Amino acid sequence: MKRADDFEQRRAHLANLTDEELYERFWELAEQIVDPLLELGRKHTTPAIERSVLLRMGFSSLEVKPIVEGVMQKGLMGKGAGNVVWRLSKKLGCSVREAGLLLAEGKHWDTVDTLF
Amino acid sequence: MKLKPNEKLNIKELLKDLDKYEPRRRGWHWRDGRNEKRTIGDFEYHETSESLKNSVPLPGSRGFGYIDPQPDCVITTEIASGRFEDDIRRMRMAAWHGADHIMVIRTAGQSHVDSLMEGTNQGIGGIMVTRKQVRASRKALDYIEDEVGRPINFHSYVSGVAGPDIAVMFAEEGVNGAHQDPQYNVLYRNVNMVRSFVDACEAKKIMAWAEMLQIDGAHNANATAMKAWKVMPELMVQHAINTAFSVKVGIKPENIALSTVPPTAPPAPCMRLDLPYAVALRDLFRDYKMRAQQNTKYMESDTREAAVTHTLNMVISRLTSADIQSTITPDEGRNVPWHYNNVAGVMTAKQALTGMDGLREMVKLDREGPLGQKVRELKERAILFMEEILEVGGYFKAVEQGFFVDSGEYPERNGDGIARQIDGGIGYGYVYERDEDYFAPVSVHFGYNNVPTEFEKASDAIGGDTFEDRSKIQYIDELDEHDNVNVRLNEVEKYYDTNLVKPEVEWRADGTVLLSIFLPLDERTAEFAAIKCGEKMGLEDVTVVHKQVMHPAEGTYCEVKGKVNFDINIDELVIPEKPEVLSEAEIREDIQNNPMFVVAATVGEDEHSVGLKEILDIKHGGIEGFGIKYEYLGTSCPIEKLVDAAIETNADAILLSTIITHDDVHIKNMQKVNDLAIEKGIRDKVIIICGGTQVTSEIAVEAGLDAGFGRGTHGIDVASYLVKRRREKKA
Repeated sequence: MKRADDFEQRRAHLANLTDEELYERFWELAEQIVDPLLELGRKHTTPAIERSVLLRMGFSSLEVKPIVEGVMQKGLMGKGAGNVVWRLSKKLGCSVREAGLLLAEGKHWDTVDTLF
Repeated sequence: MKLKPNEKLNIKELLKDLDKYEPRRRGWHWRDGRNEKRTIGDFEYHETSESLKNSVPLPGSRGFGYIDPQPDCVITTEIASGRFEDDIRRMRMAAWHGADHIMVIRTAGQSHVDSLMEGTNQGIGGIMVTRKQVRASRKALDYIEDEVGRPINFHSYVSGVAGPDIAVMFAEEGVNGAHQDPQYNVLYRNVNMVRSFVDACEAKKIMAWAEMLQIDGAHNANATAMKAWKVMPELMVQHAINTAFSVKVGIKPENIALSTVPPTAPPAPCMRLDLPYAVALRDLFRDYKMRAQQNTKYMESDTREAAVTHTLNMVISRLTSADIQSTITPDEGRNVPWHYNNVAGVMTAKQALTGMDGLREMVKLDREGPLGQKVRELKERAILFMEEILEVGGYFKAVEQGFFVDSGEYPERNGDGIARQIDGGIGYGYVYERDEDYFAPVSVHFGYNNVPTEFEKASDAIGGDTFEDRSKIQYIDELDEHDNVNVRLNEVEKYYDTNLVKPEVEWRADGTVLLSIFLPLDERTAEFAAIKCGEKMGLEDVTVVHKQVMHPAEGTYCEVKGKVNFDINIDELVIPEKPEVLSEAEIREDIQNNPMFVVAATVGEDEHSVGLKEILDIKHGGIEGFGIKYEYLGTSCPIEKLVDAAIETNADAILLSTIITHDDVHIKNMQKVNDLAIEKGIRDKVIIICGGTQVTSEIAVEAGLDAGFGRGTHGIDVASYLVKRRREKKA
C-alpha cells in the first residue's frame, strides 16, 4: 500500500489527549494487539515446546528429537510429548528416563497407541 | 582455577570436568554502588559504580594518577569470532577494560535449526551456541569476574525455531540475559509467525523463571530500513508488542530491556533527529530498562568515524538514560570484529560515559520547544500505527499486509515493507492444538496444562525436573570428531604457551596484521599500489580494508590487512633490561649529601612543554621532589643557549626535551648538543639526557648522549638515572 503522510488528519482524535492519556492509550492498544497472540500460546504447542519439556524431564537434545517426531507421527502432539513418555513409564512400570530412551530407540511405539 | 594477571587463561584446564560444572548463580546483575557519589583520585563522581580490583585504565589516566572510574551502567561487548576458545581470551581482555555484559553472537543459520546443537564446531560470524560452549564460556567468566572483581553477565539469543529448547539450556546453564523477540523471527528470519509467537510464550516463561534479562529485537528495524530515521514510530510499536507480550507471559518489568539505537548518524543532523525519539521512548517505556545500542546502519570502514558516531550515541545515553550501554566494535564496517576492537569499543564507552559524568545536573532538556513537539508527534504516530493494526484485524494481518519496515514514516506508506504470510515461513504447519488431556510434567510451563489431580504440581509426576534437580541434565561433549575444540587446539599447539608467537586479530596465531599506508595517488591506483606494498612486505592474502581519499589527485590513505607466514621465537629476542630504579629514599639521601644542579629546555623550534615540566616539577612527582635543583630555559631553546647555561651554572646534567620528530630533527638536535658540549670542553663532566614521546635510550646513546627517556617516564626514573650515572662517573 502507498499512502501520503496524512498524520494531521489522522491525529485529530488524539490532539486533545493529555500526555498521560496518550500513555494509557499506547499501552491499551499494545495489550489489545498481544492478547490474541497469548491466547494462541495458551491453547497450542509446537515441536520446540515439547522438546523443551522433554529436555527438562532429563533427556538430551539427541534423545528428544526422535521422541517428538514419533509423537507427531502418531498424531499425539495434542496430548503432549512429555505426557506420552510419562504415561508409557507408568504402563511399563519403568522410570520416565527408561521409557523415553525406549521411544528414542524406536521401541514401544505400539504401546503408545494404547495410552490414550 | 584462579587467574593471575601475569598468566594466560589455561584453556585446556578450563575444558576439564565441564560435565560437572554448575553455574554459581542465576539471573542478571546490575553494577553495585550506583546512585551514590564517589571520590576517585582528585575528583567526585556522580554516575559511577564500584571500581574494579584489576583493570586497565584509559590512556589519559596517566595525568590523573591512573584512576579508572567505572560508569554506572552495564557495558556490553559483542563477541563473534566463531571459536569460543579464542573468544574466552577476548572476554578477559574486554572485562579488564570495563565490559560486564558479554554477548555471544550465534553462527549464521542457527535460527533455522529445529533442535539444540551440541559440540564445539567452528562457527561463521559467531559460535554455534551449544551446551558445551555456553558452559565453558560461563565457567571462564566465573574466573574472570573473580579476577576483575565484578560479576559479569553472559548473554546470547533465544530465537529461531528452537527458542524454547535454547531457553531451557540457558536457564540450566546460568546464562544471565538473552535476546527474545518473536517479531525478529518473523520479519528477519522468515519463521512462521504463529509458530514464532507460540514458541515465544514458552521461551519467555522459562526466561522469567531463570530471571534472565530479556532484550528485544526492535533495533533490527533500524538496521534494515532504507531510511532509518523514518521508522521511529514503528520501532516504538515493535518495542510495545514484545514488551506487553512479555509482561503478560510473566517476565518482571525490571527484567525487560528495550534494544534501542539512535537511528541516524552524521552527516545527518542526528542529535536533533535522534534525541526526540530517545525521549519519547523513555516516556512511554518508563517501567522498563534501556539497552542503548550504537548505530551500525551508517557504519563504513572508517574506525575513526565509527568512534565519533558512537560517542554521539552516548551523549544521548547520558542526556536521557541507559541501563546498559552496548558497544559496537569500530571495525564492524570492514570485517568480523577483531579482538582489540572489542576493547576499543568498550574503551570508547567508558571514556565518553565517564567524561559526561553528572552532565544532567547542569544540562536540562528543554521540552517547551521543538523537542516536546517532536516527542508528542512520535508518540501519536506510534499510536496511530497500532490503531491501524487493530483495524485491519490484528498483528498477523498487519504483517501480511507489509506494515513493518516500510520506508515511509507512519502513516506515510511506500509499500516496500517486509510482508510474511500466516501459512508460510519456516516451521509452518507445526503448531498443534492442546487436547483437554494435554499434560506437560514440568515445573515451568505456559498455558493450558491438565495436571493429574494426584499431583500438587506438574513436575511431581516425574519426581522433579531439571530446574529442580540439576543431576537430571544430560551433558553432551562432542558429536563431530573432525570439527571441535580439541582438533583446533592441536592445530595451533606449537603456539600454545611456547616460545613461538604469531600476530593475531581473531584466532590464536591467525597471522593477520594491519598496515597504515598513505600513497600520493588517486583512490583506485592507491588501492592496488597498497596491495603491492603489502605483498612486497611479504604478506599473504593482502586486502585493502579501508581507504580514505585525502584529495582526488594528491593522495589516498589506505589500511591493508594481510597474513605473515613466519613465527617469532621470543627466546631469540634481544630485549634491553628495564633499568632498575633506586628507591625514593636512596635518591633523596644521595642528593642531600651531594647536591645536584641541572639545566633543562625543550630544544629546537619546539613549543612542547608539558612532558619536561612533569619531569622537573615537584607538583608532578618530578626530580625537584628529590632535592635536585634546576634551571628551566623554556621551549624552542637554541642548543647554544642550553649548553652555555650548563657552563655558566656549572651544571651536573643537561636535560633536553624534543617532541617534534619531523625529518629526524630530534636526533639531529641530540647530536648537536653532544657536539657542542665536546667543542666547549664540558662533555666529560656533564651528563646529557634527552626525553620525548619518540625517544628511546638506543636512539639517544647512538646520538652520543648518556641516555634517552620515552613515553611513560616519571621523575623518579630520571632522578634515579642521574644519581646512578653520577656515581658511575665518579667511580
